[in-house]
Amino acid sequence: MKNNLMKKLMPYTFIFPALLLLILFSIIPIIISLVISFTNLDITGLGNWGAVKFIGLSNFINLFHDSLFLQAVGNTLFYVVIGVPAVIALSLAIAIMINFGQNRFFKLMRLVFYTPSITNTVAVAVVWTFMYNPSTGLINNILNQIGLGSVGWLTDQNVAKIALIILAVWKAIGLNMLIFLAALQGIPKDFYEAAELDGASWWQQTIHITIPSLKFSIFFVSVTTLIGWFQFFDEPFVMTKGGPLGSTNSVALFVYQNGFQQSNFGYAASASFVMFAAIILATLIQFKLQNKQQNG
Amino acid sequence: MVELNLEHIYKKYDNADDYSVTDFSLDIKDKEFVVFVGPSGCGKSTTIRMIAGLEDITEGDLLIDGKVVNDELPKNRDIAMVFQNYALYPHMSVYDNMSFGLKLRKYSKEDIDERVHNAARIIGLEEYLDRKPAALSGGQRQRVALGRAIVRDAPIFLMDEPLSNLDAKLRVSMRAEIAKLHRRLQTTTIYVTHDQTEAMTMADRIVIMKDGKIQQVGTPQEVYDNPANLFVGSFIGSPAMNFFDVTLQNNRILDRKNNFSLEVPEGCLKVLQSKGYAGKRLKLGIRPEDIHTENTFIKVFPNATIKTTVNVSELLGAESQLYCKVGDQEFIAKVNSRDHIQPGAELIVGLDLNKGHFFDPETELTIY
Ligand SMILES: Nc1ncnc2c1ncn2[C@@H]1O[C@H](COP(=O)(O)OP(=O)(O)OP(=O)(O)O)[C@@H](O)[C@H]1O
Ligand SMILES: [Mg+2]
Repeated sequence: MKNNLMKKLMPYTFIFPALLLLILFSIIPIIISLVISFTNLDITGLGNWGAVKFIGLSNFINLFHDSLFLQAVGNTLFYVVIGVPAVIALSLAIAIMINFGQNRFFKLMRLVFYTPSITNTVAVAVVWTFMYNPSTGLINNILNQIGLGSVGWLTDQNVAKIALIILAVWKAIGLNMLIFLAALQGIPKDFYEAAELDGASWWQQTIHITIPSLKFSIFFVSVTTLIGWFQFFDEPFVMTKGGPLGSTNSVALFVYQNGFQQSNFGYAASASFVMFAAIILATLIQFKLQNKQQNG
Repeated sequence: MVELNLEHIYKKYDNADDYSVTDFSLDIKDKEFVVFVGPSGCGKSTTIRMIAGLEDITEGDLLIDGKVVNDELPKNRDIAMVFQNYALYPHMSVYDNMSFGLKLRKYSKEDIDERVHNAARIIGLEEYLDRKPAALSGGQRQRVALGRAIVRDAPIFLMDEPLSNLDAKLRVSMRAEIAKLHRRLQTTTIYVTHDQTEAMTMADRIVIMKDGKIQQVGTPQEVYDNPANLFVGSFIGSPAMNFFDVTLQNNRILDRKNNFSLEVPEGCLKVLQSKGYAGKRLKLGIRPEDIHTENTFIKVFPNATIKTTVNVSELLGAESQLYCKVGDQEFIAKVNSRDHIQPGAELIVGLDLNKGHFFDPETELTIY
């Protein structure tokens, strides 16, 4: 009897430390920030708790009338819509190409593409800021050399978003490429041999064998990439501070600006909850699509 | 009509030091069922993969219908292949697996549909066309792999150990099914196995390989009755042929430790002597079923008997296998189970030397 109880409790004792950390540093803060998002907590509220009042949904209502927030939402959607497919397509394509060959050159390429993802974002961003510099930067210099005009990479409102996406994609390829490479190496060789005898060209083999066999890793990479891009922060924070004229501002950066620069904690918390909900929603939709595809 | 000629084919893998296949020459006739058999690593898969075009041929020529196809792509060789692990595309239904090759070859929808249903009928999987391979049993997957070869209507089938992933019972029934399929479709087939029973039961002709070289080519009967060398003798047949180290002296062969002495039949003796083996060492090979315990045999051939001890005796129904020992030499006799012997018993057995095989101990080639 007692023994039985011990047996049942055993697994919980094993996960208890991890669970404790999760509750302490994730669940409780999430709940607290949810509570805060319904209050007018700001810098005065921190010193004088009596001034903190529940204000219902007004933070959320204000958010959707705040043109800065709406701009940040628009920018974030732009990042997600361009960035996520770009990361998946490029890391997949590069993984397939690297998987093609066995010799030293391909091993070197693996390193070349992986390195960006293990370097520090801030350091990289600083270097790229130099490269993007309109008058002295490397990229514009090259463009000028081949007879093309200069581009205001971080100063032109229309281009700045793209410039940040290029950097973030470049940095994200490495890890995802590695995931795809691992999956590619798990595809049995005889699938390709059978397909070759069936008369499939290299391209047809890629479409009909490789991509379907990578379904699960493509799904995994799209979920993690999507979540990452919804929280797009480092690049605009370091390189543009959301400018010029808010054109590169993201929701995550908006939360930071309101919470930590202007100390509107309640307002920032509500914005972060909108982001949270959007991520959950997008992930759920992906799971649904995945299930449908599997059963269909 | 299709004819396949392999002319002095060699294969050396890029990363290997030695040739994996050496001087492989074989002519395969239309509608023939040829089985490559041999121990693991002897180059069976390498050879069949060169025929399919999945491996380059290092030297020599491969001809299909008189045309050298060494440099043709696999898809242009019009060959269908069944793989050991089936190689079914896991994300496609049975129907799509079978029709994939036809779609790529731009067959019409109606044609594809007819061929797939026809093949499904032959392999008995009509109800399973919508299933994914994961939802099929091993035997059913193997059938789909066969079906995928059938729909193509290719003149040549290659099969590389198609049954080795199945359990023993299923293997026997699939063996019969493939043989039946071949009788029905009459497709020229090359079948690879390391199981000599499969080879003996299915083949029109057997190609026995070892270390990348052909040891012998012949019908099952031929290679069983007249093995070209000691390896073939030992590889074909179950239980395996027994071997004795003997010396030819006058008209008798003597065991080296004088445990027995047997009279050599006249015809055989003449050949051995004329080939210069008088007084020389020989290897005697004799199949378990050519060792007799019946009184009649022992009375008629009193000079062909050995006194042995039976170590183990296995009753297999109509037959018994006796594991015998003479001196330190062990051998197996397969006898009628009426003559079943208790283990530990002393026993006189007669060796039917007319059915015996003599091999040169150095070259291991057959002398008689
Ligand atoms: N890709 C390869 N690279 C180098 N050597 C290889 C390669 N494939 C096979 N070999 C070698 O070639 C020889 C023949 O191999 P093969 O696969 O043809 O044997 P097999 O007769 O099919 O054996 P099994 O019954 O185990 O399948 C072996 O010595 C093997 O090590
Ligand atoms: Mg093999």
